[in-house]
Amino acid sequence: MSILVDEKSRVIIQGITGREGMARAQLMKDYGTNVVAGVTPGRGGQDVYGIPVFDSVAAAWEKEGPADISVIFIPAALVKNAALEAFAAGVKLLVIVPDRVPIYDVLDISRAAKEKGARFVGPNTLGLLSPGKAVLGMIGGRAQRAREWFRPGGLGVSSRSGGMTSAIAYYLTRAGFGQSTIIHVGGDAVVGLSHPEVMELFESDDETKAVAMFGEIGTTQEERVADLIAARKFTKPLIAFIGGKAAKSGTRFSHAGAIVEGSRGSYETKVQRLGEVGVHVVDTIFDIPKKAKDILG
Amino acid sequence: MARLYEYQSKTLLQEGGVRVPAGAVAFSAAEARAVAEKIGKPVVLKIQVWLTGRAGLGGIQFAATPEEAEDKAARMLGMRVRNYVVDRLLVEEKLAIKAEYFAGLVIDDAQKCPLLVFSAAGGTGVEEIARRHPDKIARMPIDVGAGLSEFEARDLVLRAGLTGSVVIQLAELLAKLYKVARAKDARSAEINPLVLTEDDLVCAADCHLVIDDYAVFRHPELGIEVAREFDRPPTELEKIAYKVEERDHRGTFYFFQMTDRIPAEGTFIGFHGAGGGGSMMSMDAVLNRGFKLANYCDTSGNPPASKVYRAAKIILSQPGIRGYFASGSGVASQEQYHSARGLVKAFLEEKLSVPAVIRLGGNFEEEAIRILAAYCQNLPAKVEGYGRDDAPETCAARLEALIRENKAVSHEVRPIPEFRLVPGAYAFDTLTGKIFIDHGLCSGCRSRGCIGACAPKILKLDGDKPILAITAEEAKKGKCTECLACEIFCRFHEHNAIAIHLPIPGLADFREKAGRE
Repeated sequence: MSILVDEKSRVIIQGITGREGMARAQLMKDYGTNVVAGVTPGRGGQDVYGIPVFDSVAAAWEKEGPADISVIFIPAALVKNAALEAFAAGVKLLVIVPDRVPIYDVLDISRAAKEKGARFVGPNTLGLLSPGKAVLGMIGGRAQRAREWFRPGGLGVSSRSGGMTSAIAYYLTRAGFGQSTIIHVGGDAVVGLSHPEVMELFESDDETKAVAMFGEIGTTQEERVADLIAARKFTKPLIAFIGGKAAKSGTRFSHAGAIVEGSRGSYETKVQRLGEVGVHVVDTIFDIPKKAKDILG
Repeated sequence: MARLYEYQSKTLLQEGGVRVPAGAVAFSAAEARAVAEKIGKPVVLKIQVWLTGRAGLGGIQFAATPEEAEDKAARMLGMRVRNYVVDRLLVEEKLAIKAEYFAGLVIDDAQKCPLLVFSAAGGTGVEEIARRHPDKIARMPIDVGAGLSEFEARDLVLRAGLTGSVVIQLAELLAKLYKVARAKDARSAEINPLVLTEDDLVCAADCHLVIDDYAVFRHPELGIEVAREFDRPPTELEKIAYKVEERDHRGTFYFFQMTDRIPAEGTFIGFHGAGGGGSMMSMDAVLNRGFKLANYCDTSGNPPASKVYRAAKIILSQPGIRGYFASGSGVASQEQYHSARGLVKAFLEEKLSVPAVIRLGGNFEEEAIRILAAYCQNLPAKVEGYGRDDAPETCAARLEALIRENKAVSHEVRPIPEFRLVPGAYAFDTLTGKIFIDHGLCSGCRSRGCIGACAPKILKLDGDKPILAITAEEAKKGKCTECLACEIFCRFHEHNAIAIHLPIPGLADFREKAGRE
C-alpha cells in the first residue's frame, strides 16, 4: 500500500508541452507512473514521449478514459483556471507544482475542491512518490536517481520543503529504511493537503509503520498534527525535525509559509506542542534515521 | 509580502467607501503645512514606517496650527527610528474619539479561507486586551465564493458584545474592508484603531494592508517596488537583487541583508542557501557554530547557472565577510553542476580571498564537486565542495576551521571592471546576457570542447569555429540556458576564447559608491 498514488493510478499532465512539463513527463513515465494523457490548449493531436496530448481535460477524459490525478505544470497566473478545469472534468486529486500562485487563487481552488469532493497537493510542491510504484511531479529529477534514492518500505515522509523531502527519504534509505510514500506538501502559507491531513492518510495505510515529518516555522500545520495526536486520530510513531530554530520571530525567510505570527507558528511552540504529545523531535537531519532505528529496530 | 504605508492603505479603503480622516502625505515641512492649511483644523502628524508603537518613539505628534505642523514636521522628517530614516509623514485631521475598536483580516491556513477578526476594544496593546477579554473578540471565516454579507458582519459585531446603531455602521465598514482586501489581494488588512468619533461616525483612524507577493503583478497601480516582506525599506543591494529576480523567472532568488554594516570584529559570513527548508537547516548549522549571517539568500527551483552567478556576485558585494557558506537540503533533484558553474564564475571574477564551503548534494553532485575543485584551486582562498552524505553541521565545522587558518582576512569588495567587447568577436544574445566567442583564438583549439560542454547542445562547428546551431532569435528566447559550461571549459582547457557577459544592473554603481564611503 501507499497513499494517494500507486502504479495503477491514471494520471494526466496539464501543461505537458512546456519546458518543465516535458522534462517531468519523462521522469514520471520512466519511473513507471501510469501517465495516460497530456493537456495543452492548442496542442491537441501532438504527443510527448508517446503520451497523447489533448486540447482540454474533458477531451483527454473522453478519449483516454477517466483520470484519477492531474499534475499541473502551468504558469502561476493560469493555475486556478487549470485546476477548475480538472475538477470540472471529474479529476479528484491535483498536484499543483508551480510556485507564486496568488493566495486568493489557492483559496478559490480549495473551495472548488470541497464542493467537488476533490483534493490537491501544493501549490509550490515537488510532488510525491510511492517508491517502486509512481512519482507525481519532479521528486528525484531523473527516474534512475529516484530508484536509487528511494526504496519501498514502512516509513511515511511528509515535508514542507521539497529538498528536505528527498533528503530525509534518502537518508532513511541509506540506513536501510524504505518508504511507503514521500510527499512534499508545498512551501506556501496555504496548501491543499497539509501535514495533519497527510498524517490521517498515513494512519489508515497498513504499510506505513512510522512517519518522519519536516516542519518549518510559520503556519499552524505542526500544531494541528499535535492536536490530531492528542485526539488519538494519529497513533503511529512520529519523528519530527523542525527548521528555523535560529530564525528570530519577525525575521522572515524565503518560504512564504515561514510567517511568524505571535507564538503560534514559532519554533518553540511547535517543538513544545509536539513534545507534549510524545512526538520524537530531533535536532539534526541525520538523527531521523537513528531515531527510526530506535523505534523500529 | 509587500507592505503598504498607512497613507496608501487609507487611500485604498477610501476608494472602497470606508471613511478615513481627511489628510494627505507630506514629504517636506512645507508640504505638511500646506496639508494642514487645507484641513483647516488641528492636525496629527504621523511618521510613515512599518513599525508599531510609533507614539512611544515620538512618531505621532499633534499641531494646532499650520505653522506648528510645519515646525514639527521639520523635526520629524529625517528622524531615525530603528532601521528607518523617516522620509514621509501623514498629516490628517485630529479626531475627537468616543470609542476604539479593532478589525483585522488574515488568511487562516487551517480553514483555508480569510478570517475576519473584530474586537469591541481596540487601540494600543490590542493583543493584551484580547488576552484579558476574550469575550470582546469575535471571529468569522469568510466563504471566498459568496463574499461577506452585511448580515454576517453584523452578527460578528454583535457577537463581540456591541449594541445600538454603531453595529450597523461597523457591519457596513467590515463588508467594505473585505471587498477592498479581496480586490487588492491583501494577505492581511488591519484597522486599529477603528474609531467612533464624537459625531457618531465610524472611521479608520489607522490601518495597514499587506499585499500578496504573488499577486503584485495584478496591481501595477500600487507601485510596489520590491514584492518582498521587509520590516524596513529594502537596502540598495536588496533592490539590485530583486531586479535580477524580476527579470528572470527561471528558479527563484531571494536576498535579504541581516545587516548592511559589518563590524571589523566578529565572524559574519555570506550565506547562500538552496530551497527554504534546506536553507533553514543549513542556517541553523552555521549559527550554532557561532557565525553571524551578513545576509540570507536562497536560489532554488532549478535556477540557471547565470542566476546563481548573480546571487554570488551580490553576496560578494558585502565587504567584511569572513567566509562563504552555501548549502541546501543535500539531496536536490536539480543537476547540481549548474550551481557549481555559477559559483565558479563569480569566485574567479572576485578572486575570492575568503574560504568557501559549498554543500551541493543531489543529482550529479560528483560532477559539481569536481568542477569546484578543478577550477577554484588557484584562488587565494580555499573552496571546498561537499555532497549529500556530508551533514550541514560537518560543513559548518569545516568553514570554521578554514576561517581560523585564514586568520584576519576579510572580504574586500572590488569595483566591477567595465566589460570590454572583443572587437570582431562572434556574439549572440541570451535571455539575460551576451556570449562572445573570439574566433581568432579558436584556430589553436584542439578539443573543441565547448561544443560538448554546452548543456542545451546549441553550438556546432563551422570549419574550426563554434557557432550557434540554432537561430540567434531562439538563443535569445532561452534556448541558450546560460549554463556557462562553454566559457569555463574554454578558459581552463583551451584558449580562453569565450566570454559571457551577465550584467547586474546597478551593481557597479553600488560598489563604486561603497568604495568611496
